[in-house]
Parts: sequence; C-alpha cells; structure tokens
Amino acid sequence: MQKRVTFDNRLLPYLLVTPQLIITIVFFIWPAGQALFQSLLREDAFGTSSEFVWFENFVRVIEDESYLNSFRVTAIFSISVTVLSLAIALVLAVMADRIVRGGTTYRTLLIWPYAVAPAVAGALWGFLFNPRIGVLAYGIESIGVNWNYFLNGDQAMLLVVFASAWSRIGYNFVFFLAGLQAIPRSLIEAAAIDGAGPARRFWTVIFPLLSPTGFFLMVVNIVFAFFETFGVIHAVTQGGPSKATEILVYKVWSDSFRGLDLGGSAAQSVILMAIVVGLTVVQFRYIERRVHY
Amino acid sequence: MHPMSRRTLFAAALAAGTCVAGIAQAQTEIQFWHAMGGQLGEAVNRLADGFNKGQKDYKLVPIYKGSYTETLTAAIAAFRAKQAPHLVQVFEVGTANMMAAKGAVYPVHQLMADFKQPFDIKAYVAPVAGYYSTADGKLLSMPFNSSTSVFYWNKDMFKKAGLDPEKPPKTWPEVGEYGKKLVASGAKCGFTTQWQTWIQIENFGAWHNIPFATKQNGFAGTDIQLLINDPVRVKHIETLASWQKGNVFVYGGREGKSTPMFTSGDCGMFMGSAGTAGTIEASMISKGVPVGTGFLPYWPDVKGAPQNSIIGGATIWVMQGRPKADYKGVGQFFGYLSDPAVQAQWHMETGYVPITYAAYEVAKSRGFYQAKPGRDVAIKQLTLNEPTPNSKGLRIGNFVQIRDVMDEELEAVWAGKKTAKQALDSAVERGNKLLADFARANK
Repeated sequence: MQKRVTFDNRLLPYLLVTPQLIITIVFFIWPAGQALFQSLLREDAFGTSSEFVWFENFVRVIEDESYLNSFRVTAIFSISVTVLSLAIALVLAVMADRIVRGGTTYRTLLIWPYAVAPAVAGALWGFLFNPRIGVLAYGIESIGVNWNYFLNGDQAMLLVVFASAWSRIGYNFVFFLAGLQAIPRSLIEAAAIDGAGPARRFWTVIFPLLSPTGFFLMVVNIVFAFFETFGVIHAVTQGGPSKATEILVYKVWSDSFRGLDLGGSAAQSVILMAIVVGLTVVQFRYIERRVHY
Repeated sequence: MHPMSRRTLFAAALAAGTCVAGIAQAQTEIQFWHAMGGQLGEAVNRLADGFNKGQKDYKLVPIYKGSYTETLTAAIAAFRAKQAPHLVQVFEVGTANMMAAKGAVYPVHQLMADFKQPFDIKAYVAPVAGYYSTADGKLLSMPFNSSTSVFYWNKDMFKKAGLDPEKPPKTWPEVGEYGKKLVASGAKCGFTTQWQTWIQIENFGAWHNIPFATKQNGFAGTDIQLLINDPVRVKHIETLASWQKGNVFVYGGREGKSTPMFTSGDCGMFMGSAGTAGTIEASMISKGVPVGTGFLPYWPDVKGAPQNSIIGGATIWVMQGRPKADYKGVGQFFGYLSDPAVQAQWHMETGYVPITYAAYEVAKSRGFYQAKPGRDVAIKQLTLNEPTPNSKGLRIGNFVQIRDVMDEELEAVWAGKKTAKQALDSAVERGNKLLADFARANK
C-alpha cells in the first residue's frame, strides 16, 4: 500500500504551500506578466505616453540585424563556455580522484574559483589581459600576437569565454568528483581484472556511470551561460567591440537601461523566456533518454 | 521579551518618531540624486552644506546613485513609482529624452518664474545654457557640471622629438606631422583620443561649423536625420585611420579608457575632456612631467573653422510630483548654485567650466589661471565665437544608443573592416532608425 501523508484539516495543506505560492507569484508570475504586457506597449521611459501596439515590438526585434547577431553570439558563447568548463572540470576531477596524498588540499583549491563572483572574475581577467597594463597581455604580445580585445572581436569573445568557464569550473568539479566517488570501486576493479587499461576503464565504465551528473551539469551550465555571465560581459567588454560579445541577456539589459527602450527590451525578455523553456524541454525529453541512470 | 525592554523600546521608537517629525516640520528636505563619485561627490556634499547653512527652511540631501546611466534609470523607476526625487543629475546625451518627458519634468525657466526667483539666462555662458534651452532660448535644466574637449601635450616628449614644447599643433596636418616626429623619437604613439564620438564627431562638427543633424541639430524638431557622413568628417576619419600605420594615431578604447596612454607617457598628444585636467595634474604635472593645454586642432581648408566647441557633462533636472511648496526651495538652491563665488569655487575644485560669466571673472580675479595654467582653455574655447545653429549643441533622441552605433562603426574603421565612408554611411542609416523610433514615441 502506498504511504501517504494525510491532513485532518482541509485548509492546512493550502496554508502550508501558501508561502511558496506567494513567492512564486510575487517573484516570478507577476514580473513575467508585467514583461508580457510591457512587450505589447510602446512608451517613453517615464511612462507619460503609452501606445498599445500588439506585436510590433516583436516584429522590430526580429527584423533587427543586431538581434540576430546577438543570437549567433549567444550560441557560440554558451556552447563554448559549457563545453570548456565541463571538459576541464572533468579532467581535473578524474585527476583529483586518483591522488592519494594531499587530495583534500587539491580539491579545496580547485573549488575556490567558484567563490569568486562572475563580475569579479570578469574584472580580474579583464585586468590581466588588458592590452596596455595586463601582465598576461604582455606575455601574449611577446610571442608576436597583436593582442587588443578592445578592437578585436574574436579575442574579446575568447577572453569572456575563458573568464566565464573559469568561474564555473569549481562548481562542475565538485559535482564530477562526487559522481566519481559514488561509482563502486568493485566495478572498476572488475574491469581492471578483465584487462581494461585506464583509458578503456574511463570510457566504458566511469563515463557512462557519470552521465547523469554530466547531464545535470550541462543543463545548469547552459542556463548559467545564458544568464549569470552578465557580470563577466559587463565587466570586461560591455558587449563590444562592435557587439561581438553582446549575448541576449546583455542586450536586454542594455536596450532597456541604457537605451530606455522598454517595449523592445520586454519583447526580447519574452523571447528569451521562450528559448529557455524550449531548451529545458528539449534537454529533458530527448537528451535525458540517452543518459544512463 | 522582557516587559521592561519592551517599554524601553517603545519609548525609544516614540522618541525617534517625534525627532524625525520635528525636523520635518522645521525643514523641508529636497532630494538631489547625482552621479558624482569620489572627490567630485565630496565637492557636491560641500555645495549642499553651504546651501543648508545659508538658510533654515530647506535641507538639500544629495544622494549618490552610481553612474549617469544608473542615476537616470533610478530616477525613472522612482518617477514611475511616484517617488521621484526633486532633483536629478542627467548627462547631456539624455537631454532630448528628458525634454520629451512632458509632465515628468519641471522646466527651470518656468520654475524660476513661478517662484519669482531672480534669473537671467544671459548671465550663463552661452554654449552651456544653449545646450539645455529650447530653440527660443528658454532654459530647461540647470547647468551643473560642464566640460568640453581640449588638446593636451607632453612637453618633455615634444622636446625629445625636437619640437618646440611651448608650441602645440594648431591644425590637423600639423598633428600628423608632429605625431610622426614623436614616433620617430621613440614614442609608442603620436596621439590618442578619449570619447571618440563626442570629440571626433560631435565636437568636430561644432568646431568646423558643420551640422550633426537636420533641423538645427534637433533643436527645431524631433523628426530629424543625422548628417555625419559629410565629406569633412569622412576625410577626417579616413585620415585618422591612415595614421594608425606607424602609430601616429592609436585607438585606446571608448569613453575615458585611453587616458592612461597619455598619462603613462606612451602618447605625446591627447584629446580629452577638460575634466581630465585633475587626473593629468595628479599623475603627471605633480610628478614633474610638464603638460600643456590648448585648443582642439582644426582642418585649415574648412571655412569657418575654428568656430566654438560644445560641452559635455550634466545638468540638474527638476522632477514633477512633489508638493508645490518644495519647489520654492529648489528655486533658492538654483539661486545659490549660480552665485559667482559658489560657482567659481566649484569650478576651481573640480575642473569643470564655470557656468556663469561672473564666476569666470571671480576665478580670474583670484589668480587661479596663473596658478593653474591651461584651466581657462576650456571656457575660452567654448566662447571663442557666438554659437551658430551648428555649434549651439545637440538635441538628439535615443542619443545613448546612437553614440553606441557611432562607437561601433568607428571601431570597425580602426579595425580595418570598413572604410570611413562605409562606416559613417552605416552609422547614419542605423542612427536614423533610432531617431525615427524616438520621433514616433514622442509625438
């Protein structure tokens, strides 16, 4: 028989979920509704004159060349950040998992970057690679590369990708390490007895068993790359040069807070919401099926 | 909770309440949101102190709200929530947007008339007041911190290059020639510029008396178009781009990012805001590196150049929505701010230009310009000639975004991706779309 919690009082369960409901309504449903409504309006920043324009804001946004560019930039940026931070974290976790002596120290040190907020990480990287005063920029210049991310869009992109991925490695590392430690030793030992070398053991035993963790991290990392990297972009490039690093969420911010175009910006937010919902659905419905649990 | 402590708490709360009420009855608070951080913020606090000590009815409360953009955004959000401050400092590029917000702002000329405050627009330096006035000369917002772009040169580096350290280049061809000599003498770069759109496109136009946009640069209407792809500007940008070869000109980033290239001694010449004088003094002059300040260079083949430069900086806008009586205090504060002695003090402390002719005279009479040579270049350049419709100022809607567009297009030129003509044509096309949007939203 199924074990079930029952309430004698019919109101009590509702009362218990009320705080959660209030939080959801106040902090999610209400602002999302406002964004939806705003996206159908055209008004000046102070809200003194307002016109209902149906879907014109969406049409304008979609026809805007810089919006399409922002899409492309976001795709390149998110995929690069996710792949890079997952790959590096996985390598580090596998290595840290093998270490016998001083393992805790390594682990602690590798988790540290996660404590650095993205905006601070951005400022640090921007400073290190500043073409005029950066220490690392000096090193790059000395091997004959003309380094200037203020002007070169590809270099700017490279820099924000690395800064974002770096600030994410610690988080991924913790999860991968926990995942590795949850794999029963007996499986690995059995494979070893059967004659499988370290590489083979990794690909045929460890990697598949690690895939639920990997899948979870991929979802979380893509969402991170979409939204939380704002701080890095803002601190390092402000979306420049020539919009080469203007990801969608940065454009939403810049159009509304710098440009004071509330309608257009709200329309972009709505599109962004739809994208994230879509991405999540695709990930859980199609990719999850291929994951071993 | 212990009954005693509860009673104490209650008493304390009551006392605090009466105390606040007591102040509120005696004095009306005037909220002033501004964007002046660091030393400038302290100068603002001193201004407020001076005003508060001079009278008993009002208390001016300056509140630092972050950057110009953040301050403006905060004020807009507050206005929408019906909690607007009385006064907000808005940068010059926000002027058209503020003007269009009818019902949200209280024009200064009207406020001064409503409360019968003494006020004469002719007392204010013409290119400063003109930038913030209607086409028929009525002041909309109170000039506060104004600068303009000037030319700086490193005298030590001039000497090393065999140039006369007391003779800055007057024209652009001379800048090119001097730049080559500087680089030949071992300098990393001939010259660089701050705020490329403000200096090389906007001020460049006023200085050469050529328009930036139709309808008197936007003063006579909102349905306007940009005119920045004219032959003079195209030639100018083309020349700068060609000077990148050999590092005669080196681009150092947007806004004020290039300043360290001059202060570190990489570049021998520099076009920047007059407000940077303080930084230059602290990091160069006080360390024994002599720096000269002069007028911006011009193209000698352009008729009417040099005309006068235009300002940058910010003004104080009065927001609607507060009790009518409060605005009397605002009027008094504006009177205090325009007082020659107060204004001269602000000018000498901060490096911003004096906003009234009388304040300029006060600074002169105190020997300020002998002690700090070059600090009067900005005001001399602003008032070089009677402003024309091309050099009065700019009234451009969505200006923040249009500056972004110009920045992007110029960067494409510096990166060698576009020719000057292509970039400026594209800036006009993209900018006109933003202007059309603005005209539509603010009919």
